[in-house]
Amino acid sequence: MSLPRGELEVVGESEKLAKKTTTGTSIVGRSLWSIAWRRLRKDRVAMAAGVVIILLVLIAIFADQLSALYGQNYLEHHAVGAGSLLDPATNLPTGTLGGISASHWFGVSPVLGQDIMTQLMQGARVSLVISGLATALSLIIGVSLGLIAGFYRGWVDTIISRVMDVLLSFPTLLLSLSLIAVVSILSNAVFVRFAIIIFVLGFFGWPYIGRIVRGQVLSLREKEFVDAARSLGGGSGWIMAREIMPNLIGPILVYTSLTIPTNMLGEAGLSYLGVGVPPPIPSWGQMLSDAGNYFQVDPMYLIFPGLVIFISVLAFNLFGDGLRDALDPKSTR
Amino acid sequence: MIRFIAVRLLGAIVVVWLVSVVTFLIFQIVPTLSHTSPVYYYIGKIPFPPDSIQMKALTHRFGFDLPLYAQYWHFLSGILFGQTITDGVSTPIQCSAPCFGYSFRQHQLVGTMMATAAPVTISMCIGAAILWLIGGVAVGTFSALKPGSLVDRVGMTGSLAAVSLPIFFTGPLLLLIFEYTLGVLPDVSYLPITQDPAQWLRSMILPWVSLAFLFGALYARLTRSNMIETMGEDYIRTARAKGLSRPTVIVRHGLRAAITPIVTIFGIDLGTLVGSTVITETVFNLRGLGYLSIQAIQQSDLPVILGVTIIAAVVLVIANFIVDILYAFIDPRVTVY
Repeated sequence: MSLPRGELEVVGESEKLAKKTTTGTSIVGRSLWSIAWRRLRKDRVAMAAGVVIILLVLIAIFADQLSALYGQNYLEHHAVGAGSLLDPATNLPTGTLGGISASHWFGVSPVLGQDIMTQLMQGARVSLVISGLATALSLIIGVSLGLIAGFYRGWVDTIISRVMDVLLSFPTLLLSLSLIAVVSILSNAVFVRFAIIIFVLGFFGWPYIGRIVRGQVLSLREKEFVDAARSLGGGSGWIMAREIMPNLIGPILVYTSLTIPTNMLGEAGLSYLGVGVPPPIPSWGQMLSDAGNYFQVDPMYLIFPGLVIFISVLAFNLFGDGLRDALDPKSTR
Repeated sequence: MIRFIAVRLLGAIVVVWLVSVVTFLIFQIVPTLSHTSPVYYYIGKIPFPPDSIQMKALTHRFGFDLPLYAQYWHFLSGILFGQTITDGVSTPIQCSAPCFGYSFRQHQLVGTMMATAAPVTISMCIGAAILWLIGGVAVGTFSALKPGSLVDRVGMTGSLAAVSLPIFFTGPLLLLIFEYTLGVLPDVSYLPITQDPAQWLRSMILPWVSLAFLFGALYARLTRSNMIETMGEDYIRTARAKGLSRPTVIVRHGLRAAITPIVTIFGIDLGTLVGSTVITETVFNLRGLGYLSIQAIQQSDLPVILGVTIIAAVVLVIANFIVDILYAFIDPRVTVY
């Protein structure tokens, strides 16, 4: 996955070259990125996954507008009175399959009678914001510390590597749960809850990317182009940022697309356990936790949020997998 | 070799110690910041005003008037040497080492609570681990035999799908299908294996399967890539050339080499699982260590949280330690220093 920086620079030139040679010989110089893109485009599964991801992001961004268009509000209860969609005796949705109708495509929830589709759209927003920011936090800490450890080696590397080892052998989930529980005693503000969830997911995740980056940097720093940059008078900061960093983009991209789904599941898990985003903000995990109480009598309430999590996480995983294959120089696909 | 083991052992002890400090501090520093008395973490809502004599007495009884390091030492020495627990009224309780303290919320020794819960978690983890190891390696091997074939594509896409399934979705779904719709598993409440092995198996089978789905996927993918690499080696061709049958070569020569790195991950995964069964136990309503911890967290029952977290760290660290040692034996390239 590592390549000398020079090859990145000739993208424009190789395209010119490609045009020139189309009529003549068929040998075309291509950068790793254009090769990767060509491979990725041929990978139908990865492309389909990419489309799902884009759709998901669009739904999350325009959740409010889409809800308005569809004519439902995720906070509105349809539980009592004339407009009630629930059976008063059981508090379960009336009609077939959890109350699916023309105005409620995925039905409504038991007891409160909230529209499931708009809740899921709001949940997509929560899920993507938290998993995205948590991944960004892991990346910022992991890449910078991994870079420093691999580049400077010696005692700096020893300290950072030990810290990573220790963090990796922490019972992360239990510490996260304790931390969230304690912080929520301190403050119940929605912002604080979001921040602490992002913090625990992101902070306990950085050693994984830190290790990958450190390993890559250890081998990259011995390459000739680093020696060349140094002999031209490049300082350590310059070399790390301008010479080594561009070679790390491949592994970082793959890691990102595989960590976002992990964090989505993490957020859903915390919400499932009741320490995620506080109600009434809808989240997929919290919906599934609620659905767990009714799944025998209202299975559709379990199935819709479950399928949405499954499809979203799978899309990211498939895309990341395709990306890894596409960026792997050893791959022949 | 002795030095290698000693260094790793020392590292393991440091990690456990760090975990105990971090967990201890989480529950000591934050209440101080929020001006809540830490007494809250032992007995819940306090009916007395902060400056009352009763409050001072309670603070003194639990040792919260001592400096932080002294409180920590009291906790640590309890684990190392045991202690006598007293509330000043009832008869003191002798708690021998390793003593994790007393839950004033549950009126039980934390050690006793954990000992009751541990068999549930252990049954769940070990059964699931066996299932995912066998399943994952089998799927990976079959996929690797014909890379790019239908079997391979189904196996690999399937394993990605399995890893994308949260247990709080698969769990209720499995319960819905097998317990309520088909009625194959009519009653899944837990009983110890010593008491009723059949009921124990019935209660464990769904947690095993759903955990195996989640964890087995990684093993399938790893086995596949290792296997493809190994099957391309010269010695595999040699083994075939000398007349060994294909299954023999695959199992004795291919799989044996391909499985080595999996030992590492298996140990660590098993260690991690013990500390992360909270969701699975909640889904299947099992009263194991995970259930104990989430219950303790909801009630701010500090001694129980500390105890479970430390036990989880110990298990994880032991798993890491065993893997390190095993790996040094299996793979001679690992430098033993």
